[in-house]
Amino acid sequence: MPLLEVKGLKTEFRIEEGVVHAVDGVSFHVESGETLGIVGESGCGKSVTAMSIMRLIPDPPGHIAGGQILWKGKDILSMPDDAMPDLRGNEIAMIFQDPMTSLNPVFTVEKQLGEVLEKRFGLKKEGARARAVEMLEQVGIADPSERIKAYPHELSGGMKQRIMIAMALMCEPDLLIADEPTTALDVTVQAQILHLMKKLQEKVGAAVILITHDMAVVAETCDRVAVMYAGRVVEFCDVYRLFEETKHPYAFGLLKSIPKEGLTKEDSLATIEGIVPSLIHPPTGCRFADRCFKARDRCRSEDPQLRDVGDGHLTACHFPIEEGDE
Amino acid sequence: MTSPILQVEDLKKYYPIRGGVIARKVADVKAVNGVSFDLYPGETLGLVGESGCGKSTLGRTLMRLEEPTGGRVLFEGKDLAHAKGKELFDLRAEIQMIFQDPYSSLNPRLPVRDIVIEPLEVHKMGTASERLDKVVALCRRVGLKEEVIGRYPHEFSGGQRQRVGIARALALEPKVIVADEPVSALDVSVQAQVINLMVELQKELGLTYIFISHDLSVVEYISDSIAIMYLGRIVETGKKETIFSNPTHPYTRALISSVPNPDPRKRRVQVAIEGETPSPVNPPSGCAFHPRCPFAVEACKKDVPALESFTQTDDPRHNVACIRKDEIEPHFKN
Repeated sequence: MPLLEVKGLKTEFRIEEGVVHAVDGVSFHVESGETLGIVGESGCGKSVTAMSIMRLIPDPPGHIAGGQILWKGKDILSMPDDAMPDLRGNEIAMIFQDPMTSLNPVFTVEKQLGEVLEKRFGLKKEGARARAVEMLEQVGIADPSERIKAYPHELSGGMKQRIMIAMALMCEPDLLIADEPTTALDVTVQAQILHLMKKLQEKVGAAVILITHDMAVVAETCDRVAVMYAGRVVEFCDVYRLFEETKHPYAFGLLKSIPKEGLTKEDSLATIEGIVPSLIHPPTGCRFADRCFKARDRCRSEDPQLRDVGDGHLTACHFPIEEGDE
Repeated sequence: MTSPILQVEDLKKYYPIRGGVIARKVADVKAVNGVSFDLYPGETLGLVGESGCGKSTLGRTLMRLEEPTGGRVLFEGKDLAHAKGKELFDLRAEIQMIFQDPYSSLNPRLPVRDIVIEPLEVHKMGTASERLDKVVALCRRVGLKEEVIGRYPHEFSGGQRQRVGIARALALEPKVIVADEPVSALDVSVQAQVINLMVELQKELGLTYIFISHDLSVVEYISDSIAIMYLGRIVETGKKETIFSNPTHPYTRALISSVPNPDPRKRRVQVAIEGETPSPVNPPSGCAFHPRCPFAVEACKKDVPALESFTQTDDPRHNVACIRKDEIEPHFKN
C-alpha cells in the first residue's frame, strides 16, 4: 500500500465568471521515504493539489468536488474535521514558498517553535527551549541560542526557510509537502536548503512531495515525478525516464525550452507556442492539443487517460513521443 | 578592436541611512560601490549576482533613473552621469530599459497603443499618423497582432505584456537596452519565447544589451561577456566561455556550482558554499566575500582587492578581484 494515493482528485473554485476546474481528475501516489516531484507551470494546479491533500482549500470559493486521497489506506476526504489538526503537522507537514509570510511576525522564533513542542510533546519552558535550540542547530542556524529570540523580520529568507523546515520536521512526519521551498531564495542558498531537506528527510525517514516549476531542481532531488498541465497529470514516471525517455509532448517541450549548457545565441531555444487553455471552459479532448506538434483529430475529440506505456511509465497522450521526434 | 559603446567608470550609488530625532545621516548603504566595465556594440553583457548585490541599482544608475553618487558613464564619449537638460534628454533616447515585472511596469489605465506611443510623443518623433504607424510596426515586430493594440495590459498574459515592454523600449530606436530580469517572472516555455525575440531583435537591429539576471542558465545562453557582482562590486568579468569554463573568483566558482543541473545523472553531492550574502548596510571589511570564502587568508580582511587582469587564461577581458587569484588551484568544471 502506498503511503499516499490520490485518485481522481477534483478541486474547483467558484468565481464570478464561472467554475474554475483547477484540479480535474488528478491521480498519483507516493511511497514511504521517496521524493515525488510535482512539476508544472503557473496555474497548472500543483499547489491546489497540495492544499487539497492538507484539506486547506478555502471554502468558499473552493471545494473538493470529487476523488479520493488515501493516506495509509484511509480517505482523508471523509475524515472528521477534528481529526485534521492531528494529521497536519504530526503525519503530514507542509512548507511554503514564501518563508517571509509563513511565520507569524509578532512572535519570536522561540514562541513559534515552542507552541508546536508543547502541543505535540508536552514540552514547556526550559525543555522546549533546549529542544528548539537543538532543532535550529540541526538546520544549520549559527548561534541558535541567540537566534531563537529573534522576530521573523530580523532573519534572512534562507534562515526563515530553515526555521520552517525545523518546524515541519520537528514532529517527524511521514510526509513533508514542500511547495516551491527555494523559489524565493538565492541560488547558493537554494543549494544549501535542498541539501538540508535531503539530509533531514533521510534522518527522519519521511517521504517528500516537492512542488516546483524548476526542472533542474527536479533532476537534482526527486525519485519520481508527476508533470501537470492545466489541472491534470500528463506524465508520471521515475526521474530518469522523465529526462531520458520523455513521453508527453508537453513535458518534452518544457525540457527542451530550458537553455542547456553550451547552447549559444546561434541556436534558438525551443518554445511551446500558444498559451494555457481556460480552466473555466477547458477544451474537449486533450488540453494540450492546441499547442502540440503531434496533435491529430483524435486529440481534439477524445480525452487521453493516464495509461502505462511500459514499465510503469504513465502518460496521458494518444500519440506519445517516439524516437526521432524533435 | 572596436571601441566600447558604453564605458562605466568607478560608478557609485550610496543611499543614506537616517536615524535619530532629526533624521541625520548616520551611514550609507553602498549599493553600487565603484563599478567599472566596458560594453561593446552589438554584444550582450550578462550582469549576474544574487539579491541585494546591487545589480538592479547599477542598471538604474547607469540609466540615470537614480542619481549616481560618483563616477562616470560614457556613452559614445558623452558623460551620461553628469549630463543636464537637452543633452541628458537626447542621451536618454539612446538607452532604454526593459523591466522585470510585466505587471507593474505598464500603466494599467492605458491601452497598449498609448503605452508604446508615449516615448515617441515625449521625444516628438514624427507626425501623429507616423507615430501610430510606428506603433503598429513595433507591435507586429514583437509578435503582437495589430488588433490587440487597443487593449489594456490586464487583458494580456505575462509573456505578451513583456512583449509590450519590449516594443516600448524599442520605440526610440535606442542603441543600448538595459534588461533587468526580463524573463524571471515568466514560465519556462514563455521565457524561451521572450529570449528568442530578444536575440532576434539584437541581430536585426544591432542592439547592445545589458542583461541583468540571477539565472545563470539564461545568462550563459544569451551573453557574450559576463560580469559577476557581489555586495556592490564586480568581482569577475570575462567572456562567457571564460567565466563558465574557467571561473576564477571563489564566489564565481561557488555560484556556478550551486546551479542545479537539469540532468538527474549529474547530481551534486556537496554544497558549494555555506552562509548567505551579508547585509550591504554593514559589509565585511576588505574583500566582502572573505567570511564565506574557502581560500580566505588574513590579508583578505584588510584591503578591498582591485579588479585586475587575470593572465592565466587567454581572454584579454578576464578580470578578477581576488588577491589570491594566481595561487588558488584552477577550477575544473565537472
